[in-house]
Amino acid sequence: MTSPLQQKLKIAGPSVITANRTWDGVVVYRTAAKGWSVELTDAAIVRNSDEAKALLAEAVADDVGAIGPYIAPVQVDDAGKILPGNLREQIRRDGVTIGLPV
Amino acid sequence: MYAYDEIDRTLVNERVSEFRDQVQRRLSGELTEDEFKMLRLQNGVYLQLHAYMFRVAIPYGTLASNQLRALAHVARKYDRGYGHFTTRQNIQFNWIKLSDLPDALSDLAEVGIHAMQTSGNNMRNVTSDQWAGVAPGEIEDPRIWSELIRQHTTLHPEFSFLPRKFKIAITASDHDRAAIKVHDIGLKLIKNEKGETGFEVLVGGGLGRTPFIGKTIKHFVHGRDLISYIEAILRVYNQYGRRDNIYKARIKILVHELGIEKFSREVEEEWQQIRHSSLEIDDEVIEDIRSRFIYPAYEKLPHMPDELRQAAADPGFEAWRKNSVSAHKNPGYSIVTISLKPIGAPPGDATADQMDALADLADRYSFGEIRVGHEQNLALPHVAKRDLPALWKALDKLGLATPNVNLITDIIACPGLDYCSLANARSIPIAQELTRRFANHELANLIGRLHINISGCINACGHHHVGHIGILGVEKNGEEVYQITIGGRADESAALGNLIGPGVKFDEVADVIEDIVEAYLALRERPEELFVDTVKRLGVEPFKERVYATR
Amino acid sequence: MPLVNGGKIVDDSFVKLAVDTPLPESGDILVPAERFIGEADALLKRAGKVGVIWPNNRDIDELVPYLGKVATVALVFPSFRDGRAYSQARLLRERYNYRGDLRATGQVLRDQFVFMLRAGFDSFEVKKQADAEAFMQTAKRYSVFYQPTGDGRVTALHRRMQLRHSEAAGT
Repeated sequence: MTSPLQQKLKIAGPSVITANRTWDGVVVYRTAAKGWSVELTDAAIVRNSDEAKALLAEAVADDVGAIGPYIAPVQVDDAGKILPGNLREQIRRDGVTIGLPV
Repeated sequence: MYAYDEIDRTLVNERVSEFRDQVQRRLSGELTEDEFKMLRLQNGVYLQLHAYMFRVAIPYGTLASNQLRALAHVARKYDRGYGHFTTRQNIQFNWIKLSDLPDALSDLAEVGIHAMQTSGNNMRNVTSDQWAGVAPGEIEDPRIWSELIRQHTTLHPEFSFLPRKFKIAITASDHDRAAIKVHDIGLKLIKNEKGETGFEVLVGGGLGRTPFIGKTIKHFVHGRDLISYIEAILRVYNQYGRRDNIYKARIKILVHELGIEKFSREVEEEWQQIRHSSLEIDDEVIEDIRSRFIYPAYEKLPHMPDELRQAAADPGFEAWRKNSVSAHKNPGYSIVTISLKPIGAPPGDATADQMDALADLADRYSFGEIRVGHEQNLALPHVAKRDLPALWKALDKLGLATPNVNLITDIIACPGLDYCSLANARSIPIAQELTRRFANHELANLIGRLHINISGCINACGHHHVGHIGILGVEKNGEEVYQITIGGRADESAALGNLIGPGVKFDEVADVIEDIVEAYLALRERPEELFVDTVKRLGVEPFKERVYATR
Repeated sequence: MPLVNGGKIVDDSFVKLAVDTPLPESGDILVPAERFIGEADALLKRAGKVGVIWPNNRDIDELVPYLGKVATVALVFPSFRDGRAYSQARLLRERYNYRGDLRATGQVLRDQFVFMLRAGFDSFEVKKQADAEAFMQTAKRYSVFYQPTGDGRVTALHRRMQLRHSEAAGT
């Protein structure tokens, strides 16, 4: 989970573009329909560096919708469902791993 | 407690108004994120993993009860009902919406609270000793000077776009509770032979990727020259600090690359040109600021009141009193530290309900004043000794009386990978597990003062370099791995810790810490020898052996 | 890119020359620092005003001998995040008493106007039209200033002193 802020543009497997919604900061994923969804399962999957760059460029241009987009690894299970590809993305999808005080 | 006047309030309101306009232009798309980012950072608004994070300034860690209530209100209305106190005496809210921020700021402005410059490449909160103004043996209240510096550095037109963030800390006691040696500028308040107030000025301290202990640049700067001298340092930094690489942009790198002598000369040359200007502080100005610090009208109270004598029979009260109550400059009073490190909980958090209740207790028992310490605990600075038993009962009900201040379970931790987008590993669950392993108060007392600091990445917001035991989370092959150092100190004997060996996995960290503690208990010369002193005496080897023998 | 001066959008009479652009016969010109220093005499002799574009990583000491002769000094903000020109501006105004036109160039956005005015700039090459149009309004965002600069605005500390004195005098 090296912070993506330190990453180079390298795709190791299936990936998605993820960001945070501008008005409220909620985690979102770039869809194939040129939008943002809060569901990881709606995310567009990219499988190589060119696809990733293109989708990322599109995401970066849409900063009214969401900010800080980056490429995140995912896993795709046998049923085709998209799952987080590392602990960081799991935390972003599911929330903190610790109990909240309230 | 500094009382804001019309002038201070006007500035805060003008700032809120400006930010409201900036947010609106951002949400409409008129401002791109690239243009907006620096503006939101200058108002303490970060983007984190799950949401925006909002860092509110608590200047030199001093709060009035109505201000603490306002923080509770923000937690409740705009966040998820709790806040986190930081290692720089600020508070953070983790779930705030950008669209709510102007209103949250507006609500806070009503009680003189703001979030100016809690982030960004500017001058951050001037932190101080959380016992300022009440510590026995303190030379004079450093917060007067903190306030002077705060005003001078707020919306400073020349220094709002520095190469990188800039942090100043100030202490006025021999025992440094403000960690001045690991700040960009560290100030030690002293008197000269004539009894005049001045400062030993240190520069270039800091943690992060390249930790440095600050170096003395001038042994005595007279109080009247403090602002002009700081201005000279900033001007040299603003012009010559590196801007090509954010990891080499702090003043500590400039000082290191030029050498302290050359750096001093540059500053001196600049300073000689500006010292006799409107930056010179006259006594009248100091008196004006001092006059707006409201000090309590202490009563003349007994040093050992009946209430205290009677409560001594209660072992729960005694355990807390011995641990969390400290001497006050006035013998009828005490300083009470409020542990925000309950067993099993994330360190440094308080719920809105706890904050409200604490505000009431402050009104009742502490002249309406609360302090925030850099070790992520709070304090009530003016508690009459006769009130200690009643206060304890109330705190205990609120879960704010864990008698573990300065002990092994009083852990300082950054938010880590659970919250922070810079993190490589989690820190909070490590802290939680450690508090569970050492939950037994007798064991914790047997071990004695031991500061554990945990950072979830190399940016070191948990100050792991200067922990007696420092834990740094890194990532290796997709796994969380932790490097452990021992022997660091943050106080007047500041030192960086030394690595004990290869990193350990998430599940093993607590076991390793237990081994280190066992080694210490076996090796210490006498029970009073602190862990950090045993490490100094014996070095890393015996601990390394113990930990890695079976690993 | 609109030029703002005196709080409103004005025409820019200055033409920017590169290091090797041939000198026009007449008219106002802005030349880069190395060209200015190299050809100062020739430039100052010609008809038309001459100004210099001074980079933010070059010591202004070199410029000081010419301050009485240039029509404008243009300082540079390569990114709005790079604040070196604020120091240069203050030194020019407050240490060297430069009284001529001081122009902010580079990435000049609305939210830096107040800082720039306080540092001593009086002309602004503003990146966005909307920002240029909002200049006057933006310049009035703040009425309280904690620290002194050469702009002559009364600081908060001094206002308090004044209030104190008038209270004491019973006025």
